[in-house]
Amino acid sequence: MSRTDTTQEWPLWEVFVRPKAGLDHKHCGSLHAPDAAMALQLAREVYTRRQEGCSIWVVPSSQITASDPGDKDMYFDPMEDKVYRHPTFYVLPEAVDHM
Amino acid sequence: MTSTMTSPSTTATPPRPAVAAGLAAGVSGASRGPGRSVTLSGSREARWVLRLADTCLIHAQRLSEWCGHGPILEEDIALTNLSLDLLGQARALLSHAGQLDGQGLDEDQLAFLRDERDYFNLTLVEQPLRRSSAHAPGGDFADVQVRNLLLAVWLKLHWQALASSSDAELAAIAGKAVKEARYHVEHAAQWVVRLGDGTEESAARAKAALERAWPYTNELFVDDELDAHAAATGLGPQRSALREAWLAAVSAVLTEATLAVPAASKFVSTGSRGVHSEHMGFILAEMQHLQRAFPGGVW
Amino acid sequence: MYTQAMDTAPKEERKAVRSLEEAELERRFDAKIDKGGFIEAKDWMPEHYRKTLVRQISQHAHSEIVGMLPEANWVTRAPTLKRKTILLAKIQDEAGHGLYLYSAAETLGTSRDELLAALHSGKAKYSSIFNYPTLTWADVGVIGWLVDGAAIMNQVPLTRCSYAPYARAMVRICREESFHQRQGFDALNVMMREGTPEQRAMVQDATNRWWWPSLMMFGPPDGESVHGAQSARWGIKRISNDDLRQKFIDATVEQARVLGVSLPDPDLKWNEARGHHDFGPIDWDEFWRVVGGDGPCNKERLGARVKAWEDGAWVREAALAHARKQATKKEAA
Repeated sequence: MSRTDTTQEWPLWEVFVRPKAGLDHKHCGSLHAPDAAMALQLAREVYTRRQEGCSIWVVPSSQITASDPGDKDMYFDPMEDKVYRHPTFYVLPEAVDHM
Repeated sequence: MTSTMTSPSTTATPPRPAVAAGLAAGVSGASRGPGRSVTLSGSREARWVLRLADTCLIHAQRLSEWCGHGPILEEDIALTNLSLDLLGQARALLSHAGQLDGQGLDEDQLAFLRDERDYFNLTLVEQPLRRSSAHAPGGDFADVQVRNLLLAVWLKLHWQALASSSDAELAAIAGKAVKEARYHVEHAAQWVVRLGDGTEESAARAKAALERAWPYTNELFVDDELDAHAAATGLGPQRSALREAWLAAVSAVLTEATLAVPAASKFVSTGSRGVHSEHMGFILAEMQHLQRAFPGGVW
Repeated sequence: MYTQAMDTAPKEERKAVRSLEEAELERRFDAKIDKGGFIEAKDWMPEHYRKTLVRQISQHAHSEIVGMLPEANWVTRAPTLKRKTILLAKIQDEAGHGLYLYSAAETLGTSRDELLAALHSGKAKYSSIFNYPTLTWADVGVIGWLVDGAAIMNQVPLTRCSYAPYARAMVRICREESFHQRQGFDALNVMMREGTPEQRAMVQDATNRWWWPSLMMFGPPDGESVHGAQSARWGIKRISNDDLRQKFIDATVEQARVLGVSLPDPDLKWNEARGHHDFGPIDWDEFWRVVGGDGPCNKERLGARVKAWEDGAWVREAALAHARKQATKKEAA
């Protein structure tokens, strides 16, 4: 199996953490996980080092719809609604592939 | 860029009292000088606590072999977190055991300067986990998560029981550790399920790992006079009292993982009585080396 | 940990002919950067900028991951439980830094697996300092003192890098990094001030072996650095190799004096006129040899990473297989 076969890669998740009650969830970065339960667990290990009272949201990166006006003239591709371009965002999971 | 280092003229580091006292006590505690073995006083309470302390210590030691070698970066970080938790638990228990022992031995003297027969960890935690040892091959990731599961459930039951220990310090240690143990159980269970109910290869490896570990689990539940004494004084639970809950919790995970509970074995390991497997000598040689090679060293 | 010796990749081809539109976009891009503006993931960027960043960020990430190995060698042999705890926490931080950096690189249109494939095949580089062996416990402290010290100097300017996801990762990293250097220095300081003569000799020996390689971490002299000018313009690299190296030497000489170790350079002396320390010639042959693959530990380091990845394949596959089975069950329900 090719090492760069991206269907074998653990999907990418974006992680949002609220460090304590009263604050907003803040985007921290991303991580790879096979499913939601592990994504949550690993986010706790990686992004909070298990601080008490943290609330964590994990979202598959491909599921985020983004628009970023920024500088309208510098906007790369107005029709591109993904949070960023990633080789795996358009790969369908095998389960769906067979349906 | 200005140096962020502290300069000795502003924050001098005085000789550390714990080390000085430890060295002095070590001499009076029937040891033969710095770097030489320390011997225990014979306190039954200390010995009972050392079973837990040494189990956490040696398991942390084995787990830390995986640092930098995990199957994916995220899991490498998670495994190191587990190792750090266990090390923290070991340190708290070792310090407390030193107090119970009554000779002024500190966590490092106990961790690094006992003879093999004075360590009381379960034999299970000595078994190879990543690197080969003696004539045995190394373990794989299935061994890691299976062992984590079996131990984490056992430890969690201990911490829960120790909440009502007659020893207030032990109860406090347990109160902190039980929160960590919940994560350990959850993490291990998630992995055992994914390996058992993943691919054919992972299922085969999980099954093999479980069968390797199972004979060592009898020791988790045998009682001896130390357990009887602990139960009688309210220090802690008899190991046999934990078996049912342990088996129920572990079986539930194995069922979800589509793994069978292995057949019972008649083997009973004896690490908790100080008589270990061939692997313990290698673990201690590596772990103790610097303290032995630099007697009187200050770190 | 990072090294600017990364800028040794062959000069990439620049498209000679560009469309008028692209030229205008690049003009506006350069103007934005000149004004100190930030570039985010979805902004237009020159292909060369994107490629340079992918290479630099990913090689920084690779350095963090490979950098775990020489220190991990000593975890099971740490001399006290406190030192074992500190070392484990430090190595874990490095794994985390690698992860933040891979995460930042992935916003540029590459994937973690692609980046790892480049590392494992030998195409991508990592900081060559990690191709040296950790022979004694004192090496661990010296790495914290010198190697992390050098890395911090390289890293602080990157918190102002024009590519914002990289800058944000660097802010996170720098916050955690100063603990690393302090702990390394503290471990050495205790041994020098309270330890035995044998411990002091161990510290001096480690210093002697790591000094020159640490200076090489800042990369070749500015005249020989291929990418300097363009990277500087784009705010990817803000201070020159030679300037950073000089800063490092000036700060470290004082720290060595505090520790009571000598630095293995007979030409090291304060130059009042320059306001800096003069220092002896660096053996750049050694540098190129190690960067080129012929250092003491190159094969072991890369081999360990490749083995961990390949041995882990069945694990990663199992987790994916389980996830797919669960997804199928859910859809069928």
